[in-house]
This record gives sequence, structure tokens and C-alpha cells, in this order.
Amino acid sequence: MSKSTVDVPQRGGFSFDLCRRNEMLEGKGLKPQIYRKTGTTIVGLVFQDGIILGADTRATEGPIVADKNCEKIHYMAPNIYCCGAGTAADTEAVTDMVSSQLLLHRYATGRESRVGTALTLLKTHLFGYQGHVSAALVLGGVDITGPHLYTIYPHGSTDRLAFATMGSGSLAAMAMFETKYKEGLTRDEGINLVCEAVCSGIFNDLGSGSNVDVCVITKGHKEYLRNYQLPNPRTYVSSKGYSFAKGQTEVLSTKITPLKNNLVVVAEGEAMEE
Amino acid sequence: MNYFEGLEGTVSSESDSQRTLTPYVTGTSVIGIKYKDGILMTADMGGSYGSTLRYKGVERMKPVGKHSIIGASGEISDFQEIMRYLDELIIHDNMWDDGNSLGPKEIHNYLTRVMYNRRNKFDPLWNTLVLGGIKNGQKYLGMVSSIGVHFEDDHIATGFGNHLARPILRDEWKEDMSFEDAVKLLEKCMLVLLYRDRSAINKLQITKITEEGATVYQPYALKTHWGFTAFKNPANGGAEGSW
Amino acid sequence: MSFNPYDNNGGTCVAIAGSDYCVVAADTRMSTGYSILTRDYSKICKLADTAILASSGFQADVKALQKVLSARHLTYQHQHNKQMSCPAMAQLLSNTLYYKRFFPYYAFNVLGGLDSEGKGCVFTYDAVGSYERVGYSSQGSGSTLIIPVLDNQLKSPSPLLLPAKDAVTPLLEAEAVDLVKDVFASAAERDIYTGDRVEIVIVNKSGIRREYVELRKD
Repeated sequence: MSKSTVDVPQRGGFSFDLCRRNEMLEGKGLKPQIYRKTGTTIVGLVFQDGIILGADTRATEGPIVADKNCEKIHYMAPNIYCCGAGTAADTEAVTDMVSSQLLLHRYATGRESRVGTALTLLKTHLFGYQGHVSAALVLGGVDITGPHLYTIYPHGSTDRLAFATMGSGSLAAMAMFETKYKEGLTRDEGINLVCEAVCSGIFNDLGSGSNVDVCVITKGHKEYLRNYQLPNPRTYVSSKGYSFAKGQTEVLSTKITPLKNNLVVVAEGEAMEE
Repeated sequence: MNYFEGLEGTVSSESDSQRTLTPYVTGTSVIGIKYKDGILMTADMGGSYGSTLRYKGVERMKPVGKHSIIGASGEISDFQEIMRYLDELIIHDNMWDDGNSLGPKEIHNYLTRVMYNRRNKFDPLWNTLVLGGIKNGQKYLGMVSSIGVHFEDDHIATGFGNHLARPILRDEWKEDMSFEDAVKLLEKCMLVLLYRDRSAINKLQITKITEEGATVYQPYALKTHWGFTAFKNPANGGAEGSW
Repeated sequence: MSFNPYDNNGGTCVAIAGSDYCVVAADTRMSTGYSILTRDYSKICKLADTAILASSGFQADVKALQKVLSARHLTYQHQHNKQMSCPAMAQLLSNTLYYKRFFPYYAFNVLGGLDSEGKGCVFTYDAVGSYERVGYSSQGSGSTLIIPVLDNQLKSPSPLLLPAKDAVTPLLEAEAVDLVKDVFASAAERDIYTGDRVEIVIVNKSGIRREYVELRKD
């Protein structure tokens, strides 16, 4: 982020030029920008054969549900997945970016990606932006060195854990993990516990809702179980349905302009070239 | 509203009166549930001074009259003031000597009015209160916040408890639980709070109210588990060199 | 830090007036921030035999408002030996709200019932007492989702028309109740503060009837 001379063009990334100005304006009484908080429940745990990740599927814009069935478990590498909470644009951008870096790294080395590599790439990026990239992540995968599960905070700090939760529903989900997690869970026990934790977020946290996505990663294998549970069907449907009759909006006047009059015929094809 | 006025704990108005604008010594979550014979309530005994654990023997649950118990989170001094109001209320109730007594519903209603009145004066009592009781076979469990929001439910948890304990209660609470099962459920919730709420401490009390009256049990500690291999050796399993 | 005496406990209210009935409904979720406080809190208050109030907003203010109105109605009964009519209650509610113009009740109300002729009536308010008699209304966190649907299904005559036309909806009672259930199910899909259960109160000449329908709990 260092700029030695003015002549050197900035090489991508965000511009923080206006941060000082905004700080000054806020000091003079300008209302600071209020960013929309996005609710989520994302979880992960280590079981006997690897990692299980889980997420709800609700995306919110303030009090409104923007997407009832979005995907929060992102692909990083064939053996690594990453759940994202925070601003959707940031979690998607940061996981896509690191995912492509991992792919290039695999092309260069011809070896399977390591979770530690993904972790380091993610956290250096996030730390560089000092929390302005608001992505709170649960990173999980199985590589040559075994299963790994990490949480990554927006400022770049990381935590290596046996079970992890993130997002606005993290407390509700953690309550389930703290009461029920044991070492050496089987695959079925693990999936059930992950579902319970995500459901706890779905039903107790207003920022989380709709369905449960699960991703099971074992050595040399992965299973992305999209919409593994659908615990929130619509509760009532009117038996008669609705008709939307024409003419609900009154037509006050009509004027038709024929297009023909505006036609300009270009004689030569060259004119179209740019 | 000006949110950056200053960080003083109290502000003196034109008169010499002082009001609580930020709390000093606080207690964390209180949990209450209905069970077969009445209401069970639990809270730890910590008194936090900001993030310092200043006191370790604060009693935050008390019997009120013959049929009720109260539990408080938030400012301890305000709770002690509320107890003075309640003691006076009960004394005046007893002075009628007419065989009638205030039940949990009446006490709860009184508290909602006290809390709401103080918020109307911009001089709130900085507590969330849980009130439980049983009278004439009717179980009652309610709560009031510092601005007067109140409701009844089968289980209630204040503060952090609303985030960590209520998900467990919503999953596992059942009508007419036995005393043993109800205590186990409360202990399960308190253990999660102990792990995840930084101001929770491992010294808790349980209080019971039945038709026979109130019982405040001796404080005790919960058995914790820190034995996960992931805790003992975080880098175990080939993560050497990772951050 | 300055003290904030308000909270928003969420919730949605709807009322629909018909020629000889009125439907008043509200969900039963009470929340604060991203947490649910309780899944079963009634936002509907019976003020008189033909005046039903549904309110969302700040629960403590709503409760205080309900207590004031109930107390005033009790005095009214003692003085006049009859129940207050819905239009009278509507004016009282407006006055009560405006009385606290400079420290308002943070309450969003819809009042529904029957007028003195037995016709359905709905009154809709803002937090400081401005009110209007309408054929249908919705208030609270999910109102922005519900109002356009009601506008489309229950298109009411312009209040500017002369001579004035009836604002009551042409639907039958059963159709109106069905519509209410459907709009609440829809609001619960998209508004995070609406859910758990909807309580529906139906007022007609035979009295008051209640219905409940489960909503999404996420």
C-alpha cells in the first residue's frame, strides 16, 4: 500500500483518499454512513474423517429478506470450502480472488492446495484493508496434513478450532456446539450437529433463516449438500388465488409516435465501426 | 440524539439529582423457567466493574412476599433500590392483615410501572428483572427491561442469556419438568454462559419458588471441560507453521 | 452516551372493514434487534365491544397507551352506562396520542370495529395522533409489503369523490379473513420482524371471534 512517488500509478485495490475527508466532515457534524448489517449463521466442525461446514440461506437488506435461498458456502479449491458472513459482495469477492490464486498456485506446483495457504492469503488480504473488507469467514478443508478448520475475522485475525460459528446467529449456534460437541464424531453425528447448530441460528436469530446448506469434506472427497434441510415451508396459501385485472391503472391519454420517421439509413458499413 | 456527548457515568441536571446513564457495578444473565412445582431461577454471583470482576458474592435473586422471587441483571445498586421499594410494598401489604397477599402477577405489574415511570423521567433503573412465582396453583414467569418492555413466557433469560441460553431452552424445555431435570437444564445453560460470556463466573445460585415458599440454595460451581485435544495443542495435526 | 428511551419491538397489524363486519389482525412475535423476546405476545387489545385496537412499535408505550384507553373507557361506561362506539374511541385515541406530541408514544395503531350503524370501520394512525377513517389499513414493520396487495385487491374509492362513497370493501367476511391470512404469510416470508403466529379478531353483529394461523418461525 506504500506509494513512493506520485508518478507511480496505484496497482489496483481500494482508494482510501476520501477517508480523511470523510473523517473531517464527520467531525464537523456530518452524519456517518450507516452500513447495512447482514445477518447470517455459518458453522463448521471437525469430525473423525474431516470437516463439515454448514450455513443458512437467508440474505437480508435491513429488515427485508433479499434472498430466501442464497449460497453462503463458497468454493475455494476441490478440497477446501469457505463459509462467508458479512457483506455478501466482500465475502464473494474475497473467496473468488483467493480461489483463483489457489488455482494458479496448483498450476505452478502441480500439488493439491493446502488449507494453510488459503488461510494466509485470506488473512493478509483482510489485514491489509484494516477491516474495511467486511468478511467474517469459516474456512475448512482437508489436505495432505489432515483436516483444518479456521475462523477469520474481518480485521485479519484467525483462530484454529475444533468447532466454529460466525455471523449474527453465531451465539445461538455456539450454544448447540458447546452443549453437544464431542471429539471423534461420526459423519452422521457430525452432519446432525451442524444442522442443529444452523437451525438454532435460523430459528433464534432474525438475521438468519430459510434452509440449511451442508458441505462434508473428507480426504480426497467432498459432498456439497445444497438445501440439505428445508425447515421453513410457506405456512398458508389462499385457496382461490388472485386475479390481477387489466385497467387497474387508468389511461389518461395516448400518443403514438411512429418509429419510421426517426429511421436513419446508413449507406456504408464503415460508419458502424469503432 | 447526541451519541458522543461524553463518557461520564453520571450527569448532574439543574438540581443536584444524579441519574444512571451508564452502569457501574453490574451483574450478568439471569435465567428463569417454569417446572412441575413452580419456578426455578438461576444467576451467577459476579459483580462486574466495567470489565473488571470486582465482586464475587453478589446475591442477585431474592424472595418477594410469600409467592414470588425476583432476579436481576444490570446495575447492582439499582437492584438494591428496587428491593427497598419491594420490601416497603410487602410491608404495606402485610399491614392490611386481611388474609390477602400480593401474588407474582401483581408484583410483576408493579415492577413494570416502576421501570416505565423511571424511563419516562429519563432516569431509568438500569436492570432487566425476572419475576417468577406461583399462587393458587397458577405459575407465573415474567420479565421487565430498564425501559419498561415486559412479557410472560415459559422460560426467560436476560442479557447474554437471551442469545445463548434461550436457544437451548426453546429446544429442550418441556411442560412439567421434574426438579432434577429442570436443574440439569439450567446448569447446561449456565455452563454455556460460563464458556461464552466473559463476565460470567463459576459460582452460581439456584432459587426455587413453590406453593410451599421460596428457597435460595447455597452457591456452587459447575464442572468445566477443557480437555479437547484441539485446545491442548492447537497446531496438532500438521498445522505447524500456520498462523 | 445519551439514554435512548425507545426500542422497536416489531410486528405488523392489519384491519379490513366490510359492510357488516371488521377483521383486525396482528402477528404475535415480539423482538428486539436480531433477537426474538417471545413468540406469543398479543398485540391486539379489546377496548370496547365494537372497538378493537392492534398496535406495534415500542411494547412499553403500546401497553401504557392501552392502559390509558381502557381506564378512560371504564370512566365512560360509568358516566354514560354504555359502551363507547368505535368512532368515539378513534377520536379518543387520536387525542391521547397527540397529548404526548413532544414525547410521543412510539406506537403504530389500527383501530377496527363497527360504527353505530353496524357497518365495519377502520381507523389508521401515525404515532402522534393524525388519523383517518379508511376501508382497510396496515401498520408496523411489514406494512410496506402488505399495503400494495390490499390496494390491489380492495381498491377503495377516492376520498375526494363527491358525494362521498363507502370505503368498506366488497369482500365477504370469509374472503377477507382468507386474504388476511395470506398477506401475513407473505409478510412473514420477507419481513424478519413478522412471524410465529397471526391472531385474527373478527367483529360482526353476533359478537367477537378469534382465529390463529401459524407463520414462519425463522
